[in-house]
Amino acid sequence: MFKRSDQDSRQPVHIVVDGAAVEAREGDTVSAALLASGRDVRRATAVSGAPRLPYCMMGVCFDCLVTIDGVGNRQGCLVPVADGMQIEIQKGKREIGR
Amino acid sequence: MNAVPRRDNYDVVVIGAGPAGLAAAATAAEAGLSTLLLDENAGPGGQVWRAIASTPVTERDRLGADYWAGAELVQAVRASSAEIIQRATVWSLDRNLEIGVSVGGASSFVKARRVILATGALERPFPIPGWTLPGVMTAGAAQTMLKSSGLVPDGPTVIAGQGPLLWLLVAQILRLGGRIDRILDTTERRNYLAALPHAFAFVTSPYFAKGLAMMREVRAKVPVVGGVSELAAAGDGQLATVSYTGSGRRETVPAGLLLLHQGVVPNVNLAMASGIEHRWDDLQLCWSPVLDRDCNTSVEGIAIAGDGAGIGGAGAAVVRGRIAATSAVEALAPAAAAKLAPMATFRAALAQAERGRTFLDTLFRPAPQFRIPTGDTIVCRCEEVTAKDILDAVAIGATGPNQLKAYRRTGMGPCQGRLCGLTVTELMAQARDKTPQEIGYYRLRAPVKPITLAELAAVPKTEADVQAVVRG
Repeated sequence: MFKRSDQDSRQPVHIVVDGAAVEAREGDTVSAALLASGRDVRRATAVSGAPRLPYCMMGVCFDCLVTIDGVGNRQGCLVPVADGMQIEIQKGKREIGR
Repeated sequence: MNAVPRRDNYDVVVIGAGPAGLAAAATAAEAGLSTLLLDENAGPGGQVWRAIASTPVTERDRLGADYWAGAELVQAVRASSAEIIQRATVWSLDRNLEIGVSVGGASSFVKARRVILATGALERPFPIPGWTLPGVMTAGAAQTMLKSSGLVPDGPTVIAGQGPLLWLLVAQILRLGGRIDRILDTTERRNYLAALPHAFAFVTSPYFAKGLAMMREVRAKVPVVGGVSELAAAGDGQLATVSYTGSGRRETVPAGLLLLHQGVVPNVNLAMASGIEHRWDDLQLCWSPVLDRDCNTSVEGIAIAGDGAGIGGAGAAVVRGRIAATSAVEALAPAAAAKLAPMATFRAALAQAERGRTFLDTLFRPAPQFRIPTGDTIVCRCEEVTAKDILDAVAIGATGPNQLKAYRRTGMGPCQGRLCGLTVTELMAQARDKTPQEIGYYRLRAPVKPITLAELAAVPKTEADVQAVVRG
């Protein structure tokens, strides 16, 4: 869906998506890194389980909700990646306490 | 690690570090006022100058001169005495000018003598069949990824809608080696005639030559279909095709990515939640705050600058930011105000920056069919409520957006109505034969961004706060 421009010479950052290693770049948001990864990163909505990907990438639509380092329902488009960050794609409703 | 506010009160707190917020913070700090600039993103710039201090796109002509124009202002604010906190989410603002802000998972309150809201705009909802499918995004989303991460569309890509941003985005994507297969222009033919009386101001504005050059650059490389209607996205759990009617023919084209854009509208959530009066704008088809000429709102001490005050673009936003800040300086430190540029120069600059806006608003007025959906098209993305669901609720007695919440939960999901509010107002207005002003909008309340209960519970509190709610 998206590819990186050849102008991009930023340092790699290594994150973990559902247990798999994914290379991002320094300054990517979590959502940008997920969309650039080429993996299936569709979440499933809490209401009907419908598949979704980020829509606005600017913090207003909440379709990028993702679990980051154990904290659920984070807006992935507002959080920059960091080395070792643990990402989980959300499938359906969250559970109490996470 | 993020810094938290260094003090618990400031002369001026500016919320949002786009063109308006940067200009306001620079002006307030220059006058010697204690100034705090809070911004939700990782770096300053807002949307139009997004990632200006960190973009991997180094060849300047790729993004264009209007983008790089922001660098000087960012430099000025960073060199000033203004305290800047990035990744700060403001979730509350009240009539006492107390601001609830979340930084790094912890919330605190700061008090201001003046607040300047510069929370900008968001893209107008574009509720077509299939717009919730993975692979359908806003044009702004693609531009955000392009600016901040150098990411460009790859694979079959269709862009649909209207307005200056659409053409700029296509030009930027192509310059960076990205792919756009087709442009579907949804501008209504009748708008050209309606806009004609305003054409002189536009032709003599700075937009004209730039716009023309950009459209020529794009048209040379990408097929453009005009007068598009009945746009729809389809696919099984993922976008596969885009259908539309153009020149009387129904066509379906394969697409992995569909970018939608039909202009931007003020991001009203924080302003409305703080009790600021808004009115329906019949030209821009959105809610705009009621302001005096110095950008002051109906709530004493709060001003709004930038596109949150009504869409005017980046040039107007910078000037409005300076006007709002100068007004704050005049109120708080009259002696310092004398050293700033006179207000009259800003008013002249604003008139210049707003030149041609009426033409753009009239020409790119979104068509009713793209604002007021029908049938199974989803209106509320969060709670997955369709146009038909809403009309059914109206038929059994829902009178406005707030009653509708009780019937269908529209606007009660995490986005808090940002992606459905305008659609709900217009849909209900049409169904009930009322004006949008009569129908009204969601009653918005803090927290305007979700925070966890644990974070709320951990907010520092005084003994008096505790006593106020403790029983027995």
